Amino acid sequence: MEPAAAFGRPHPLKPENAMNMPATKIEVETAAPASVAAPVVAMTPRRPPRAEAYARMAKETAVRVIPPLVVIALLALVWELVCRRAGSALPPPSKVFKDTKELIFDPFFDHGGIDKGLFWHLSASLQRVALGYSLSAIAGIALGVLVGQSVWAMRGLDPLFQVLRTIPPLAWLPLSLAAFRDGQPSAIFVIFITSIWPIIINTAVGIRNIPQDYRNVAAVVQLNPLEFFAKIMIPAAAPYIFTGLRIGIGLSWLAIIAAEMLIGGVGIGFFIWDAWNSSHISEIILALFYVGIVGFVLDRLIAGLGKVVTRGTAQN
Amino acid sequence: MTAYLKLDHIDKIFTRGAATTEVLKDINLTIEKGEYVSIIGHSGCGKSTLLNIIAGLTGATTGGVLLENREVNAPGPDRAVVFQNHSLLPWLTVYENVKLGVDKVFARTKSKAERDAWVMHNLNLVQMAHARDKRPSEISGGMKQRVGIARALAMEPKVLLLDEPFGALDALTRAHLQDSVMALHQKLGNTILMITHDVDEAVLLSDRIVMMTNGPSARIGEVLEVPLARPRKRLELATNATYLKCRQRVLEFLYERHRFVEAA
Ligand SMILES: Nc1ncnc2c1ncn2[C@@H]1O[C@H](COP(=O)(O)OP(=O)(O)OP(=O)(O)O)[C@@H](O)[C@H]1O
Ligand SMILES: [Mg+2]
Repeated sequence: MEPAAAFGRPHPLKPENAMNMPATKIEVETAAPASVAAPVVAMTPRRPPRAEAYARMAKETAVRVIPPLVVIALLALVWELVCRRAGSALPPPSKVFKDTKELIFDPFFDHGGIDKGLFWHLSASLQRVALGYSLSAIAGIALGVLVGQSVWAMRGLDPLFQVLRTIPPLAWLPLSLAAFRDGQPSAIFVIFITSIWPIIINTAVGIRNIPQDYRNVAAVVQLNPLEFFAKIMIPAAAPYIFTGLRIGIGLSWLAIIAAEMLIGGVGIGFFIWDAWNSSHISEIILALFYVGIVGFVLDRLIAGLGKVVTRGTAQN
Repeated sequence: MTAYLKLDHIDKIFTRGAATTEVLKDINLTIEKGEYVSIIGHSGCGKSTLLNIIAGLTGATTGGVLLENREVNAPGPDRAVVFQNHSLLPWLTVYENVKLGVDKVFARTKSKAERDAWVMHNLNLVQMAHARDKRPSEISGGMKQRVGIARALAMEPKVLLLDEPFGALDALTRAHLQDSVMALHQKLGNTILMITHDVDEAVLLSDRIVMMTNGPSARIGEVLEVPLARPRKRLELATNATYLKCRQRVLEFLYERHRFVEAA
């Protein structure tokens, strides 16, 4: 049970629910005036509910989108004011935009070597993540099931995992370069080894927390081990597994940026390092912006997948 | 009397490290086919433990369970259990929950269409066919318990084991479900063993009431026949002399001779 605490709550889906609450409230408020207005437009009876629905949707979107936009605008303003004076170490947003206009508007150019558009750098990084993360998801869930299911596997492996998981991603890189003698597999290995621990540990906790009741049901129905695995174990542990997967994807993205800085080649990590070496600070800022957005999208992707898969399991 | 289900000298001792607790001591009971037997006793005396031993979910320390003269010591669909907290699988719909058992039990004897019809038949028995595509989180507590009963019935068990099936329900829903179970017992003639801590429930539903003494080392203190004709009507029984006498006997047993001593 303690390992889960180290990696956060088992139910990653709650915050969104909380976010929905103000939106529902607004729904109620808009409904009243619309129904009062209904008799006036009696000639087109189908319009009022539709207009109402659109108005509600627009309002819901506005409620979500406007506050962050206001905050971003304010921050950009402060940044602009602070960095605009001459001799400032970092460029203001206006200069960043001016410097990187070409990179922003043409992400697809390819001049050979590592002189490529940002799309190619990001896609190279994402491919490494896709491979390393898929491997770690498969191996992590399998090992997690083993550790969660067997007391002896747990006793033997858990202390090892607890130590290994504290090793920082980059510390693995020299060793994997020595083993693989090539940057590409080394980077993938670093992603794998970084993201596997939360997946193993959360899966194991999920398996260990399967209520005895479900095991009893399976026993009375006489499910065989394979059916038990597919019909009880995986669905029951799914919320935990997805917590692990979500932490894992975040760590993968952290690890790849750092690893690429060292191994070089095409990739957003080395792009940042290269920009630093050529003193293109604006490019670094643009790249950081993209890294953040991609990381956010990856996280949302796994969270959304988890929401679909664990529909029904999460509550109760 | 023909023994259908026989509990033969069952003892149960739990061991944790050096500490041992004897929960059940020398439990003997025979149940006839089609009989409705209740087990009543104070909390913690070992009722659930006994039911789990019969279901095969827990092993007896000594003694054994015989069903139709054959020893049973592993769980199986011939002794289907309705659990106190319904234990429906939350990721499956009502239909799929019932189907899980049906698919295993009738894998060879029924075609796919027949199994489907059988699931719906059992959902109809408990009046839950309308909710077939709902998930457990979308239906009420009473409805969940109905689905739990349908799941158990659909396995065509030789003995139906109910562990405080109505314990978590409000009084009205409970009365409603008690009537349903009585009607089902009347219609299908199942052999039923039910755990309860509700005296009225025990008298209303049972042919015999097994009263357990307080633990540790709980034994069967007394077995009471309930000679009331079926079908029974809850309202008419409220003033029935036999009903009141049975009720009185159980109350005396529980609150005078074996008053609950607060354990731990
Ligand atoms: N796995 C176990 N290990 C040790 N002791 C146990 C175990 N399971 C149950 N017991 C003990 O056995 C006794 C009987 O428990 P049981 O759950 O059978 O009681 P019960 O009669 O069903 O109570 P209730 O009416 O509250 O459900 C309790 O004192 C409990 O502490
Ligand atoms: Mg109990």
